[in-house]
Amino acid sequence: MTGSPAGRLKDSVSLETESAALKPATMTLAVDDMHCGACLRTVERAAMRVAGVETARASLAAKRVTVTYDPAEVSEADVIGALDRVGFEAAPIESAKQDRGDQRQRYLLRRVAVAGFAAMNIMLISIAVWSGESGDMEPALAQMFRWLSALIALPTVVYAGEPFFASALSALKGRRLNMDVPISLAIILATAMSVYQTTRASEQVYFDAAVMLLFFLLVGRYLDEALRVRARGEAQNLLSLQTGIATVIAEDGTQSKVPANALRPGDRILVAVGERVGADGVVVGGVGEIDQSLITGETMPVAVEDGTVVYAGTLNLTRSLEIEVTASDNATLLAEISRLMMAAEQGKARYRVLADRAAQIYSPAVHGLGLATFAGWLAFGATWQTALTYAIAVLIITCPCALALAVPVVQIAAASRLFKRGVMVKVPDGLERIAEVDTVVFDKTGTLTLGQPRLLDADTVPSETLAAAAALASGSRHPFSQALVAAAKERLGSVQAAKDVQETPGEGLLLVTPDGEERLGSAAWCGVESAGGDTAEVWYRHGEAPPLRFRFADILRPDAAETVAALEKRGLAVALLSGDRDAVVARTAEDVGIGEFAGQLKPAGKIAWLEDRASEGRKVLMVGDGLNDAPALAAAHASISPATAADLSQRAADFIFQGRPLDPVVETIETGSRARRMAFQNFGVALVYNAICVPLAMLGFVTPLIAAVVMSSSSILVTLNATRLARR
Amino acid sequence: MTSLAWLVPSALFLGGMGLAAFLWSLRTGQFDDLDGAAYRALEDEPPLDPNPSRDKKARSSRAK
Repeated sequence: MTGSPAGRLKDSVSLETESAALKPATMTLAVDDMHCGACLRTVERAAMRVAGVETARASLAAKRVTVTYDPAEVSEADVIGALDRVGFEAAPIESAKQDRGDQRQRYLLRRVAVAGFAAMNIMLISIAVWSGESGDMEPALAQMFRWLSALIALPTVVYAGEPFFASALSALKGRRLNMDVPISLAIILATAMSVYQTTRASEQVYFDAAVMLLFFLLVGRYLDEALRVRARGEAQNLLSLQTGIATVIAEDGTQSKVPANALRPGDRILVAVGERVGADGVVVGGVGEIDQSLITGETMPVAVEDGTVVYAGTLNLTRSLEIEVTASDNATLLAEISRLMMAAEQGKARYRVLADRAAQIYSPAVHGLGLATFAGWLAFGATWQTALTYAIAVLIITCPCALALAVPVVQIAAASRLFKRGVMVKVPDGLERIAEVDTVVFDKTGTLTLGQPRLLDADTVPSETLAAAAALASGSRHPFSQALVAAAKERLGSVQAAKDVQETPGEGLLLVTPDGEERLGSAAWCGVESAGGDTAEVWYRHGEAPPLRFRFADILRPDAAETVAALEKRGLAVALLSGDRDAVVARTAEDVGIGEFAGQLKPAGKIAWLEDRASEGRKVLMVGDGLNDAPALAAAHASISPATAADLSQRAADFIFQGRPLDPVVETIETGSRARRMAFQNFGVALVYNAICVPLAMLGFVTPLIAAVVMSSSSILVTLNATRLARR
Repeated sequence: MTSLAWLVPSALFLGGMGLAAFLWSLRTGQFDDLDGAAYRALEDEPPLDPNPSRDKKARSSRAK
């Protein structure tokens, strides 16, 4: 193999820079929790202090820091370590993924700037011409102004119109019509006709309208792209941060830190207590317990020993483990999940965004009206120039200027409203889809609950027993031990930790005292018969005294019941689907007030349930976090995951929310439906303008002045309407 | 009327300067981090010297 992981990292770095061996390399790291100017400075300075780092520039908007460094002196892991010491979690972002969206965004912004400049100057000239039309401007001067407009407009149309022309061309090649076809047609025809009219010294010159059309349309495109780039960037940050850093043990026993996504099959990694396993693998050293709730939805920890297969994302609870990384596609569970996800994505009817659906109706209508105007005027004996001028006026008036802005401005406003409330919009058209849902399906563990156990009936346990059990448990990282300690601290104030406690992973804790053994653990560990029931249990036994049972249940999110009630009040059906045991699921459903539930569902079972509803015409919102939910998240009409969810689930989800409360789900649905309402209002505004202006244009009453005024005022109205969403 | 002969070109030239300035600022990355720029304006300390060979001493003394 290639030797130590650190060496491999340097290999890959030197590959990137092989053309100039001395040139510094660049890395981009996602930085968590960077919110203010002070954070920005701390991060930059911490990175700069690492020897070998040349520059560090943090971006607060992107929550990233870009570092140029000398690959011979320093590696990614060094910088990540330095940031960790000042309290910022950082993770590398694959450089291949990061720039494409940015470039497209700048490409559009440059064109917005050029079109804006041209529109401003042409408008300035046009106003002079229009106000001179009543008679006191010399025709020669007006003519010179028109030529000047042409001089500005022609290069602008070629340069700034490129995105539309390219898109229209590729649509036509595929024998489709999209919104860009009438846009390109209108701009090209209007410009060409205006040049022709200018040579004839006619007043029907539309340079201002054509360029302004371009400007407004580009603004719409730019906003749309900006939202996509931002959503994608945030999602990438989250995923990078989640994979995190793994500790690799080299053959000679030395340890080094490596980004988890750089791990390869055959690597041995050390997973400390409290860390997540960085990659799928097999345990090769150590015995312990892991929390698989993210993978299976099961809250009970699972005992692992040599040879046990563990999955990326599981949490190591009791002992540090040595794990040999295996190729993830060999892992049967993940392979099964990926297969289901792919099938679900293929099976899902591709959602067509509102704007495309509008274009489908709109494009033929626009072309038809333009053609009818041209034919009509010819039939009534007008010259072809007059007929074409009126047809162009129709194209310009109907051109979906407000329409092209209608959806992007609303989505930008909706997304920034949600960002402020801790919800990330990962897929922009998710906002449209979530507005259509009529059923909300929750997963249990980690979604309705926090995935942390809590001691039940703590009041009925005698204080001294609780204190003794908590003393035994205080050194253990097992979730039940910690729940016990938390309950004891709440009741008794503090917990005295016991010394010399032996822990046997998967079984329990043992303390040998002069007056007999103290045991805390499974029923078998304490030598008693399990009492059964639907809750997890831990037994405590001191010497020959009668053993005592502690029962645990998962904590619900603080506002789970309110959220379910709020959703039902909105007229949505709510259901609970879980992989956990039926009795536990029934109990949770009762606690939060969900009537419809199903337990012991495998990933395929959840998909079958969703497909069943889809065939009834229901549109389902899936809220889930586990790996076992990922296929269902992909299959549902819309999906939300908490930020603590498994990697694959976050990839599949449309939205990701942060924090403990569940109310972001309601907020997202509400914002989605308000955004949809507003998009329709905006379509309405565009339609009203068209209904008034199209007949006028067809009859030949629309002058260049009217076209310009109508276009800008409708666009401004649409934008103002959307800003209402960001407020409040 | 002859004044237009120089007024119009100079108006266009001034506008063009604005456009050029914007494109320049875009290319030099001044629009990359609009949130951070607001805070950078309030920074009292001088920015770290991007040239590490000259700055190493100063940096290690700050690190203490």
